[in-house]
Amino acid sequence: MSDTFQLDGESVPFEPGQTVMQAALATGHYIPHLCYHPEFKPHGSCKVCTVKVNGRTAASCTMPAEAGLDVESNIEEMNGLRRTLVQMLFAEGNHFCPSCEKSGNCMLQALGYDLEVHTAGFRHLYPDRPLDASHPDILLDFNRCILCELCVRASSEVDGKNVFALSGRGITKHLVVNAETGLLKDTDIALTDKAMHVCPVGVILPKRVGFSVPIGKRRYDQRPISKQALDDAPRQADAGGSCAAREGIP
Amino acid sequence: MSKKLRIATTSLAGCFGCHMSFLDIDERLLALLDLVEFDRSPITDIKHCGPCDIGIIEGGICNAENVHVLYEFRKNCKILIAIGSCAITGGLPAQRNHLDLGSCLTEVYLTEPGLAHGHIPNDPELPLPLDKVHPLHEVVKIDYFIPGCPPSGDAIWKFLTDLIAGKTPELGHGLIKYD
Repeated sequence: MSDTFQLDGESVPFEPGQTVMQAALATGHYIPHLCYHPEFKPHGSCKVCTVKVNGRTAASCTMPAEAGLDVESNIEEMNGLRRTLVQMLFAEGNHFCPSCEKSGNCMLQALGYDLEVHTAGFRHLYPDRPLDASHPDILLDFNRCILCELCVRASSEVDGKNVFALSGRGITKHLVVNAETGLLKDTDIALTDKAMHVCPVGVILPKRVGFSVPIGKRRYDQRPISKQALDDAPRQADAGGSCAAREGIP
Repeated sequence: MSKKLRIATTSLAGCFGCHMSFLDIDERLLALLDLVEFDRSPITDIKHCGPCDIGIIEGGICNAENVHVLYEFRKNCKILIAIGSCAITGGLPAQRNHLDLGSCLTEVYLTEPGLAHGHIPNDPELPLPLDKVHPLHEVVKIDYFIPGCPPSGDAIWKFLTDLIAGKTPELGHGLIKYD
């Protein structure tokens, strides 16, 4: 019999070495998240997965599971904080959903729906972030970047290419392409790369396939992200699951 | 039967798509008319807003006239609702926000083929464009937001009937959308 911790009043068993997030998802308990991806080391940067552990806040994706922990996740206090984080992400970038190819398949959008975010609330920054359309097969739209570093991690850890990096600090932090010219066409990225299939929002897009799935049939049209993430969870345990299928990328 | 609620609606920097979606509540409009009456709205063609219970505004703020209309609504409406992407985020008109307004006008009216040798419209009746397009909540306090481009008739119906019934309006999966 494995050890357990309490999550919103329910007993959650875990294996040694698992984080609170990993144990929760593996046992059918959804904790909202953006920068967490089951195939990568936890990043702990978006803070959307923040929970209360024994009364103190912690990122559940980096918090090691321990026997007897009292974890509170689906409570108004935590969901309120998550709502504010999502609102800030919407206000900070240019997230114009009506024209975005990723709309309906976007984790940020789906999380906004789940948390009943009706407005960004804050003053929109409307940053000036030119596109990179230099690559023949891939479009980069930096307007939507939430700095989760999943593409950075995928490109370096899985693809072994180091195509992406984050540069700058604070509000000036931004995604860059590792090439002399700074252009994607001067890298060796390929459509089959892992980095192509991990973006939770609409930054890294394959060209000429946009809007191929009609409204109503897209990933999060069918089921809210809280249900969809749990459907995906068992597959996360399988080695080599199709990431493209999971991320809803055509 | 208590007094009917009075509702005003208008479109600022919008496309009237949210108003079209409002009409998509179809025959439920008749049920709504048992509960409300319309003040200023494209439905009545009343030009100025009087005291109202609910004001519904589509579109963001892109020119000086928009600001005056928004102030008129805020002054007269107990509850003000921003409806649609443009009212809530600036939407499509706000896609010019990272560009210089002067360069936009110059390119469209002076240097682009087709309108070359034209001039930038300056009729005194035209409201002056603002430097940037703003969502409504950056200018006045907004009480509720109905997102969507446009929100569906079902979403508008659910939101309004919740509100009129005195409940906190909730949309839920399938009705809340940003596109």
